[in-house]
Parts: sequence; C-alpha cells; structure tokens
Amino acid sequence: MGHLRGEQSFPDAARGALADSQLRRNLGHATTTIRGKRAAVVAECDDWEELRLAGEALKSSTMARLDQHLVELEERVTARGGVVHWARDAHEANAIVTRLVRETGETEVVKVKSMATQEIGLNDALAEAGITAQETDLAELIVQLGGDLGSHILVPAIHRNRAEIREIFLREMPGVDPELTAEPRRLAEAARLYLRERFLRAKVAISGANFGVAESGTLLVVESEGNGRMCLTLPETLITVMGIEKVVPTWQDLEVFLQLLPRSSTGERMNPYTSAWTGVTPGDGPQAFHLVLLDNGRTATLADEVGRAALHCIKCSACLNVCPVYERAGGHAYGSVYPGPIGAVLSPQLTGVEDNASLPYASSLCGACFDACPVRIDIPSLLVRLRAQHVDANRGGVPSPEAAAMAAASWVMADHRRFAAAETASRLGRLLGRSTGRIGSLPPPLDAWTGSRDLPRPPAESFRQWWARERGQGRARERGQS
Amino acid sequence: MSARDEVLGRIRAANSAAGHPLARPVPREYARTGTHAPGSAAVLELLRDRLVDYRATVVDAAGDVPAAIAVALAGVDGPALVPAGLPDGWVPGGVADTGFSPAELDGFAAVVTGAAAACAVTGTIALDAGPDQGRRALTLVPDVHVCVVRADQVVETVPELLARLDPVRPTTFVSGPSATSDIELHRVEGVHGPRTLIVVLDAP
Repeated sequence: MGHLRGEQSFPDAARGALADSQLRRNLGHATTTIRGKRAAVVAECDDWEELRLAGEALKSSTMARLDQHLVELEERVTARGGVVHWARDAHEANAIVTRLVRETGETEVVKVKSMATQEIGLNDALAEAGITAQETDLAELIVQLGGDLGSHILVPAIHRNRAEIREIFLREMPGVDPELTAEPRRLAEAARLYLRERFLRAKVAISGANFGVAESGTLLVVESEGNGRMCLTLPETLITVMGIEKVVPTWQDLEVFLQLLPRSSTGERMNPYTSAWTGVTPGDGPQAFHLVLLDNGRTATLADEVGRAALHCIKCSACLNVCPVYERAGGHAYGSVYPGPIGAVLSPQLTGVEDNASLPYASSLCGACFDACPVRIDIPSLLVRLRAQHVDANRGGVPSPEAAAMAAASWVMADHRRFAAAETASRLGRLLGRSTGRIGSLPPPLDAWTGSRDLPRPPAESFRQWWARERGQGRARERGQS
Repeated sequence: MSARDEVLGRIRAANSAAGHPLARPVPREYARTGTHAPGSAAVLELLRDRLVDYRATVVDAAGDVPAAIAVALAGVDGPALVPAGLPDGWVPGGVADTGFSPAELDGFAAVVTGAAAACAVTGTIALDAGPDQGRRALTLVPDVHVCVVRADQVVETVPELLARLDPVRPTTFVSGPSATSDIELHRVEGVHGPRTLIVVLDAP
C-alpha cells in the first residue's frame, strides 16, 4: 500500500502534536496566511461557483468513463513515442520504475514533487535498489534533508519555520555557506546552489502529473520554482507516475482546472510555471518517456457509489488550510501522505476503512472543507459515511466506552423526567469547577472526555429551569393578567 | 492477466458496482471569453498590471522591438542566447542555439524569445517551442528571460489562451519569474528558473 497509514491512531498521534507549541505556532501562521491569499484571489472571479460546478461535473463524468479515457490516453502517448505501463499497486509501480531506472544504467535520479510517488514509497524502494532519488522541490528538499515526513500536500515543510530550516541546511547540505542566515531569500538561494549542478548533470528524472489529457496524450505538471521544468526538460529519460484518476478527457477541460487549482492551492491567479508535453518531441526535452498508470486502491474507491467522489480531488490542499483540526494537530498526526480533511477520507478509502479506522473521526464536520473544495467534494458527508461503515463493521462484541456513553445519553434524553433528573445531578459538577470555571479531569470512564479537553462547569441553572421560571406556565399566567 | 487488463477490468467492475453512473453534461456557464477584444488596450493594461504584480518587468516597445530588447538587456554581461528562428536584427550579437548542453546553456546570462500567446487575467505567457521561442531548455537555464509579446497574442481569459494552443506541442506556461512560498509561505522570487522576467510588449 505504501505510505497511507501511520503507526499510531489519529488521537494518539494528535496528542503529541497538540503539545508542540512551536508546531502550532508555525501551522497557525501558515494556514492563516494562505487562507487570506486564497480568499482574495477567489473573490476576483465572478464565475467561481460556475467553475466549481464545471469542475465537479467534469470529474464525475470522467470517472464514469474512466476505462475509455485511460485507453485513449495510452493510445495517444504511445503514438507520440512514449511507453505506457500499468501498475495494480505500490509494489508493482515501484518495481516498474526501479527496472526503468536500472535500464538507463544510472544510479541517481532527480525528482519533481509528486504525491503519487510519495504514496507508493518510491524513494525507499529506489534506495533499496541502490538508486539515489534527489527531491528538488524546496519543501521536499527540506523534508528529505531533515529526515522528516511531509505534513501538508502542497507545502510539505509547513511545520518548519525559517530558523529550523536554516539549522537543517547548515547540518545536512554539503558545502553550504556557514554564514547562511534564516532570511527566506538566502535559504532559497542555498537550495538553488545545492541543486543547480545536479539538474545540469541529471540523466533520469521522475515526476508525477497533475493532469493527463486523453484526447491528445498530453501530461501536465503545475509548479512554481522551475525545479519541475528542470527535471522535465534537461534529462534524457523521464518517468512519470500518474494516478489513474488524474486523466481529463480533453485539452479544453484544462481551462476549468487551470483556473481552480492555482487559486485554491497557493492563492495565486496562476502558478509561475506549468509544463505540458506529449510523448517525445525530437530535439526538445527527454527522448525517452515512460508513463506509469497507478491503481493502488483507486478502483476499490471507485466501486463505492458515494465515496468515489474522493477521487475527484485535484490535490490543491485548500481543505487543509481551512480545517480547525488540521490547523491544531498538523499533518503528521494523520499518518498518511494525504493529511487533512481529504486525507481523512482518501486514506481509509484507498487502504480499506479498517486499516485507517481513526481517520474518519479526525474532523469536527464543520463543513469549511466543502466550501473551500474547488471541485465540490462533500468531505463531511463522506466522513460520516466512513464512520458508519466503521461502526457497522464493528457491531457485536463489547461496546466501546463511547458507544456505551451514547447509548446511556440516548436513554436519558428519550424521557423528560429522566432528563430533568440528570440535569439536577449535573449541578454537582459545579462543585468540581469552582475555582477555574472548567473541569479538567473526571474519574473513569468519564476521563475519556476530559483527557483531551476541559469540560465547562455546568451553569447554576439549567435551560429547562430557566424556561420554567421565565416562560413557564406560572410566568405566562402572570403575564396574561398584567 | 496483465496489469493493464486487470486495472481496466477493475474500473469496469467498480463502475458497475456503483450503478453504472452516467457521464453527465458539464455545465459551462463560467466565463469562456473576456469582455475585451484580444490585443485591445484594456487587455494589454490588465496584462501589464498582472505581470508587475508577479515582479516581472514590462518594457513597452513603442514600435521599435530591437531598441526595447536592448533596454531590457542593458544590465546583462555577455552575449544573449537566442532561438534560431528569432527575427533577424532583434538581438545584434545574440548567439543562436545550436543544441547546447545544459552546462553550456548555463554559461549564458540571458535569453531572448518570442511567445505563442498570453493571458491577461492571470499574467501568463505561453511558450510552445515555435521557431522564435526554441526548445524548452532555452528559457529555463539562463537567469534573465526577455520575452517579446505582440499585442495580437494577448487574450483576456484562460479558456481563450488554451484555445490558441496546440496540445501536442511542448508548452510552458510562465507567470512571472520563478518563485517559492515554501518557507513560512513567504514568497521569494527566483529559485531554479530565470530570476528575472522582462516582457517586451509590442503594441502598434
């Protein structure tokens, strides 16, 4: 399966992240910044909702005829001198790429940032085969040099601030200027110098693809720094790993996605660079081109009538930046290369929900992710559906404390006398929260609640008591007389 | 069974399991054409505004492209690289590309090219490896890219831009100079691609 699940459940991983105040500061700053930029450029488009509707319809139509579009893409790429490979899973994709690199005789490759190759754990597989994969996106470079994992789909090093990045560069980058400051401009310059000669001598590059156009066989990579262009243009051999859901039927369809994607992801009207190539062009760019079409759980996701909408994701990451859970817990807590709201949907679907059972609960279901999604994926509804699947799969046996608590609550709330009695009893809680107004810990099994959050001190008077006093029968009679 | 047949079979089974969803019609009520004609003064003004916002420099040719290119190249030390099909006389002393290696391309400080089309709303220039633009590597390795855009090549919207391009040509869409936002989402211009983009606007 590759890198789609972590070793810890989301609640366990999130607990550690929540205690890291540096991480929360870095994340809070970053998500606030990008939310503001995105809102400003989206507001410039009077037809934003029409673009979203078109994007949604395009994606669902494409999925309905996915087999035909992929066959057409394969035909066109092949006709233009490319070679198409199909991979059922991560293992098969890694084996294909490893073999293709070996056939070039090279032991070093340069890589364009790609979620698909992260998902399958390609760098590790190549390393086992003695092949060094050099990440060239600045954020991926920071993550790679730091021996770290990415924590965001678009800006994987978002959890690091400039001082931490400077430390990593000074420690891990051979030949770096010891006078390097933490100024972002200087850090970017250091990355430029470090990667420049690697680009110029690279013979093999590996990329993902943002889109593959069926009617023409054109692949596209959307980026900012020019590292993508370097990898896609200068080497002799290019290997592209593309999830099968990335196909779009026509060149014209790009007019929708090339508007939705940059504004949603980086908050720019257009990203600095987009490269489009079709097979091999004599005298321009790599003269050997391989396209690996990756399934790895996508067809299983497609089989769910409702859940298949998660495959519409264009990996813009807008949902991460608006999510209150992501903003506090950070990307590592999700344990998958796909963090945030879409990751909480996509990862359990790709692996099967029982392999990532805690992720559908990593959400407040506030709905901000749906509003931000450029292709209108209804993430909250998909999460509720996955929760239901998880609960259904676990029926029978001993109920969880949560299920027991919910059953008890439902029994109490179903009868007004029981509810009134419970309210009176809850006033005991006032004794616990006397000094701070909060209740920090309760005895088991109620500590399952207070272990991760404070409980507000119950009010002196319940709503029903207030209602009886202010609007109840006695009060109403008084009013009628006056 | 081959992986190809198996994946295609799984897709067909999945679509059947999901109840054979129909390919529904795509609503295209979004703006497909702009409110201003290609090459109009309003479109050029919008392009200029967007380019400057991206930290690109705009030089108006005012009928004399070679003079504007000379202004753009004023700070460049050494000869500029040019694609073989660039109009004669645009860059006196320019060195035509003869298939230089990446390392040789790195020896040039600047490159001068034409363009295929441009989109005003997003400040995007499309290069499609036409004779006056050359192969993709030319506009990538040198640090200064001087790009001549004719007024009649400038459209307002993204749909109009894509409609002007042939998908099978190797195409690069350029919006401002190379940039990154990977460090605290602080935008820094200039990473691996040209750190300076100078657009020569050739309007009659």
